[in-house]
Amino acid sequence: MTLTMFTVASIAVLVSMALSMIRALVGPTVFDRILAVNVTGTLTVVLIAVYGFLTDRPDFLDIGLLYALINFIGTIAVTKYVKFQDLGHPMDGPDEGDV
Amino acid sequence: MSDLLTTTIGPLALADWLSWFCIVSGSFFAIVGALGIVRLPDVFSRMHGAGIVDTLGIMLILVGLMFQADDVIVVIKLGLILLFIFFTAPTTTFALARAAIHGGVATGPTADELNQAKNKKKKEATSSKT
Repeated sequence: MTLTMFTVASIAVLVSMALSMIRALVGPTVFDRILAVNVTGTLTVVLIAVYGFLTDRPDFLDIGLLYALINFIGTIAVTKYVKFQDLGHPMDGPDEGDV
Repeated sequence: MSDLLTTTIGPLALADWLSWFCIVSGSFFAIVGALGIVRLPDVFSRMHGAGIVDTLGIMLILVGLMFQADDVIVVIKLGLILLFIFFTAPTTTFALARAAIHGGVATGPTADELNQAKNKKKKEATSSKT
């Protein structure tokens, strides 16, 4: 009975990942693509966790936690690079900032 | 607490009922948010769909998984993932919105502009009637 519960969750996560990958492929601006890839990465964390429960190996949660960390840092890095054309120093002007 | 969760109500234990509820509603919100990412018109409204996926969808699925955990450490790890996503999803959305404004993506009409357009349309409708 518990098997079907995790199957439902993984199917829903896979469908959502497919939908957001459509936006990542189609998206008119680069920000659409970053947003869609970020959502896909966050859904991957859940997929890893659900897969761990599905195969009865909860150690997969460590990988999921690590994936969440890397996903966040990667998204911030790409966003900053697109915005400032640089990872080190922000541009001059009133819009200065670290994020 | 664990006695309460293992009490059977009908065909399933209480923990299984809670898991089913959380996972099914979380799946619903995940798919709705992903549809929003595909269907909504511009970047800023697509962020709304991403927010639905990040908060309601993923958090409900993870809470549903928590009820199926055998061990305390599994609950703690799931809670850490939850906490991390809870803080990073708004940060990412904020950074992305700021970068999009900086990058010259056109923001939609403001509330004032929408009200003006609405009043203009109403005035035209009344003048054409008389």
